[in-house]
Amino acid sequence: MRIDGYGHRISTGAASFTFNGRTIAALEGDTVASALLANDIRLVGRSFKYHRPRGVLTAGSEEPNALIQVGTGDAMLPNIRATMQEVYDGLSTRSQNHIGPLERDLLSLNDLVWPFLGAGFYYKTFMWPRPFWERVYEPMIRRAAGLGRMTRKASPHESERAFAFCDVLVIGGGPAGLMAALTAAENGAEVILADEHPHPGGRLLGEDETIDGAPAAQFASSITARLKATGKVRVMTRTTVTGVYDDLNFGAVERVGSHHAPQPALPQECFWRIRAKQAVLAGGALERPIAFPMNDRPGIVLASAIRSYLHGFGVVPGDKVTLFTANDDAHRTALDLMAAGVEVAAVIDPRHDAKAQGDYRLIAGGEVIDSKGRQALEQITVRHNGKTEDIATDCLGLSGGWNPSVHLTCHLGARPVWDADRHMFLPAPDAVPGLIPAGAAAGHMDTAACLASGVDAAAGALAAIGMQAARPSLPEANEDAGDSAPIWSVKGKGRAWLDFANDVTTKDVRQSAVEGYRSVEHMKRYTTQGMAPDQGKSSNIAALAILADATGRGIPETGTTTYRPPFTPVALGTLAAGAQGKGFAPERKTTSHAAVTARGAPMIEAGLWYRPSYMPLPGETHWRESCDREVAMVRNAVGVVDVSTLGKIEIFGPDAAAFLDFVYTNMFSTLKVGRVRYGLMLREDGHVMDDGTTARLGEHHFMMTTTTAAAGQVMTHLEFVSQALRRDLDVRFISATEQWAQFSVAGPKARDLLNGILDTPIDDETFPFMACGPVGVHGVQGRLFRISFSGEHAYEVAVPARYGDALYRDLVARAEAMEGGAYGMEALNVLRLEKGFITHAEIHGRVTAFDIGMQRMLSQKKDFIGKAAATRPGLLEPDRERLVGIKPVAAGDALLAGAHLFNEGADPVRVNDQGYITSVGYSPTLGHGIGLGFLKSGPERIGEKVMMVDHLRDVRVLCEVCDPVFFDPEGGRVRG
Amino acid sequence: MLIPCPLCGPRDIREFTYRGHAAYLDRPATEDWSEAWNDYLHLRENPAGPTRDLWFHGQGCGAWLEVARDTVTHKVTSARLVAEEEA
Repeated sequence: MRIDGYGHRISTGAASFTFNGRTIAALEGDTVASALLANDIRLVGRSFKYHRPRGVLTAGSEEPNALIQVGTGDAMLPNIRATMQEVYDGLSTRSQNHIGPLERDLLSLNDLVWPFLGAGFYYKTFMWPRPFWERVYEPMIRRAAGLGRMTRKASPHESERAFAFCDVLVIGGGPAGLMAALTAAENGAEVILADEHPHPGGRLLGEDETIDGAPAAQFASSITARLKATGKVRVMTRTTVTGVYDDLNFGAVERVGSHHAPQPALPQECFWRIRAKQAVLAGGALERPIAFPMNDRPGIVLASAIRSYLHGFGVVPGDKVTLFTANDDAHRTALDLMAAGVEVAAVIDPRHDAKAQGDYRLIAGGEVIDSKGRQALEQITVRHNGKTEDIATDCLGLSGGWNPSVHLTCHLGARPVWDADRHMFLPAPDAVPGLIPAGAAAGHMDTAACLASGVDAAAGALAAIGMQAARPSLPEANEDAGDSAPIWSVKGKGRAWLDFANDVTTKDVRQSAVEGYRSVEHMKRYTTQGMAPDQGKSSNIAALAILADATGRGIPETGTTTYRPPFTPVALGTLAAGAQGKGFAPERKTTSHAAVTARGAPMIEAGLWYRPSYMPLPGETHWRESCDREVAMVRNAVGVVDVSTLGKIEIFGPDAAAFLDFVYTNMFSTLKVGRVRYGLMLREDGHVMDDGTTARLGEHHFMMTTTTAAAGQVMTHLEFVSQALRRDLDVRFISATEQWAQFSVAGPKARDLLNGILDTPIDDETFPFMACGPVGVHGVQGRLFRISFSGEHAYEVAVPARYGDALYRDLVARAEAMEGGAYGMEALNVLRLEKGFITHAEIHGRVTAFDIGMQRMLSQKKDFIGKAAATRPGLLEPDRERLVGIKPVAAGDALLAGAHLFNEGADPVRVNDQGYITSVGYSPTLGHGIGLGFLKSGPERIGEKVMMVDHLRDVRVLCEVCDPVFFDPEGGRVRG
Repeated sequence: MLIPCPLCGPRDIREFTYRGHAAYLDRPATEDWSEAWNDYLHLRENPAGPTRDLWFHGQGCGAWLEVARDTVTHKVTSARLVAEEEA
C-alpha cells in the first residue's frame, strides 16, 4: 500500500519492471522490495530447506528472505537482495528456490516432513547403504540444494577495479558518519564517505525526527551538500565497504551500472581498494527479529523496516499492523503508522511495565506465540495474563533489540565485547588500529549521541594523523532512545526461526547443544546457522543467546562466531574484474609478429610471449611437413628465426667479470673482449637454475642471455646476489630484453646472407665461432654474436627494436633467395634435440649439473652460487637419473614426452621406474624419432634397450639409449 | 600490508615478492658442504612474533629489503636496504 505525502527516496516518475513475468508499476527510487510491497505482493520467495513462503523482512543489505534473480539469459545474477536492487524501466526479476509457480512450489512438501529435517539430517540419514551416496543421495541433494540458479556461462557484465586514497574513510552515512565526515573535511582532511544506499542519511531517512528543527532527512541532505561544498569529500553512494585488511586497506563494492538500464560504457560494479590513514566505522546497527513460533510468514517485518518503507518510500507492508517488541524505540513504529493513517491493531510488549506512547492498544506483558496465514500473515496469537487471544493482522513488526554492526572491527581477528547493560556486542577497544567505531556501531542508540560520537571519532582520527580538529557545533536532536529489554525467543509449540535464509530454528540450536556441539563454531556448522548469503546478520546473536541458554552458560562465555570479509556478498566477477582473458595473461609480441602472422604461422605461447610454431608454405597440410622442411633448410641452406624473447641483461662495472664468476659455475673473468661463452647458473641448493651465453662486449661490459622462461627469475637473482651477498663488487645491470630485436641466422649459407647486410663483411678470421662485437647493419649500429643453438654455422644479429620488423623481413627475403627461409619453434626444437642441447624441459628445477653431464663446468678455482650444495651427498651418485638420448628401436615409432622408462621385461610400476623422457621430436635428418630424457646411471647404459611406457596414453615403445648428441658429435659444422 | 621502501616510501605489498628469512643474508664463507650450509639452506625458525625477512621491490625500484615485522599483528616496523651496511 502506498501512502501519499511520504517517501524521501522516491520521485513521482513512474518506472515499471517485471517480477516472475508480471509487470509491476513502481516509482523512480523504489527498490524491488518497496515496489512489491507497494503493490501488496508479500510472497517473494521460498525458504532454503522447507520451501516455506517468505516475504521481505528488512529494508537493507542484511535481508535474509527476499533474494531474487535479476536479469535474463547469461546476464542473470542470482541471490540479489530485493531490498537493495533499485528498479528501472525494463528490469526483469524472478523469485528463487521453487519448482513450478512461486505460489505452488512442489518442494513445499518438505515443510510437511519437517520433523525429520532437523539439524544433522543429512549426516544422519544418508549414511547407508554406502554405495547409495555417490549414485543416489548426492545427485538428489545437489538438485534440490543451493539458493538461486547459475547460468553456467560467463557473465556478459563487465566490472572494474579501482584504487582510492584518503586521510579519513568514513564508513556509513548516517548521523554519526555525516558528522564524522563533516568534522574531518572542515579541518582540511581528504575524506571518502561510503554509504550502501543511493543517498547518505542512514536511519535519518527512515525516522520521523527533527534535527535543529528541520526534518531529519532534510538535515541529511543539507549536510551532504555541505560535504560536497568543501571540495574535500568524495561521497561514494551505493558503495559497501566489504572488508578491512592490514594497514587500513579496505575493500569496497560500488554498484555502478546495476540500478539503471544497461549502458555499454558503464561497468556493472567497481571493486575499490581504499587505503585510508584513519577510518571511522559508522555502519549503524541491525535490528533483530524475535524467534516466536511460526515467525517466518510474509508480512512479518522488522519494526524499523516498517518505518524505513513508510518514510523512505511511502509504503506500508499491510493494512492492519501489529508490533511485537520489548523496547520503546519500536513503539515509534506505531506512532508513525497512525500519523500516516494506518490502523495499528496492537503493540505486544513482554515488559509488564511497558507504557503506551500514544493512542494504541498496548498488551504489556504479552507475547506472540503463533501465527497463521497460508501464503502471508493473516492472524497472530498473543498470550497475556494467562490467556491467549487471536488478533487479525496482515503485518507484524518485530524488534528484539539492536546489534551494533561490529563486523569490520572483527575482520583482523578481534572479538566483540559483550555489554551486559545494553545487551549488545560492542567493538573491542582498538580492535583494528586506526578504525574508530562511532554512532550505533559503537552502541550509541539515540540521534544526539550518534551525532556527537561522529564528531568525537573524527577528532580522534585527525589527532592520530597530526591534524588539528576544530569541532563543528552539535545540532539539537533527540537524546532519548528509550528503555529496552532483551527478548530473543518465545517458548511455545512449533518452529521458531532464527536464520530465515538457511531455515535454522531454535530447536535446531538446542538439538545441537544436546548432541554435544556446544561450541558456537560447532553449532554453526552443525545447524548451518549464519552460513547463508546474509551470514546471519539478523540471527547470529539470537542463536548464540539460545545456545548460551541451552548450555547453561552466559552470552559472553558462549562467544560469537568469527566475522570474516566480505560484509555483504561480492560477485567473483567483480573481484576478478580486469583479470579475465588477456587481462589475466597479456600478450607480449616480438617485432616480427606482424611478418610471421602475415605468413599464416600458428602462434604458440612461451610465457606471455607469442612465437611462431612453424611457417607453412602453400600446399603444406600438416605441421610436420613444414617442420621437416624447415629443419632441412637450416641444415642445407640458411634459416631465420626471431630469438628476441630470450632475456638480455646488460652488465656493467669494473667488477662485472668477478660478479659473473660468482653467479656462473664456470669462469668468465678469463673471457676475452669480443668473445662469447656458454654459462651454467645454479641455485644455492646446487640445482640448475638457468643457462645461456654471455658476451664480453668490453672490459667492463657484458651482455648475458637467459632462457625466455627464466628471464625475470634470473634478473631478481642477480639483484639479490649483488645487493645482498656481494656488496664488495662494483657492478650494475639492467634488462634490455625489449630494447633489442635479435634474430638467429643459421645454416651453411648464414655468413653469405649476413655479408649482404653488414656494412663490413666478416670471415672466419675476423669472426670465428663464439666471436661477438658491434657491427653496422644497413648503416644501423647493431651487434653480432657467432653462436649456435642448431649445431650449424650460425649467428645472432641484434638491432635496436625499432628496426626489428624491417630487418626480419629483409633477412627472410634474402634467405629465401638462397633456398632458405624463416623457421619456427618446432624446427628450432628438432634442431637443438639433434644436437642434444637442453632447455627448461630438461633443467626443470630438480636436476644438477652432474645429471646433465656438465659436472666439469663446476669450477674448482673459485666460489660460486650453489658450489657447496652441489657436492652434497646424494647429488653425485652415479645411479641418479642422468641425461641421455633416446631413440625408438623401430624407426617408425614415435616417442612421447612425459613417458617413463623401464627395463625391458620389467613390470611397468612405480618401484621399477628407471627414468622419464623430457623432450621428443622427429629428426628428418636422421629419419627417426629422437628424444632426451633422464635415466638411472644413464651415461653408463648407452646402447641398452629400455621400454618407454606412457600409462596415460597407453603407449609402449621399445627404445635404445644413446648419446644425447645425435648429429655431428664432433661439432665441425658450427665452425663452418 | 604496506612496506616502507626506503627509496620509494610506503608501498603496497603487491609490488613486492617474498624471499624468506633474513638469514639468507648470512651466506657461509666455506666452499665445502657443512652443517653450517645445511642450516643456511634449510633450517628456519617459525616465529609467532617479530621476524625479519627479505622482500624484493620488483614492481618498484628493484631494491632488496630486509623488513622487520610481526607475524602475529602483521605490523611492519621497519625496512632497510640490504645493499647498505646495517646501522
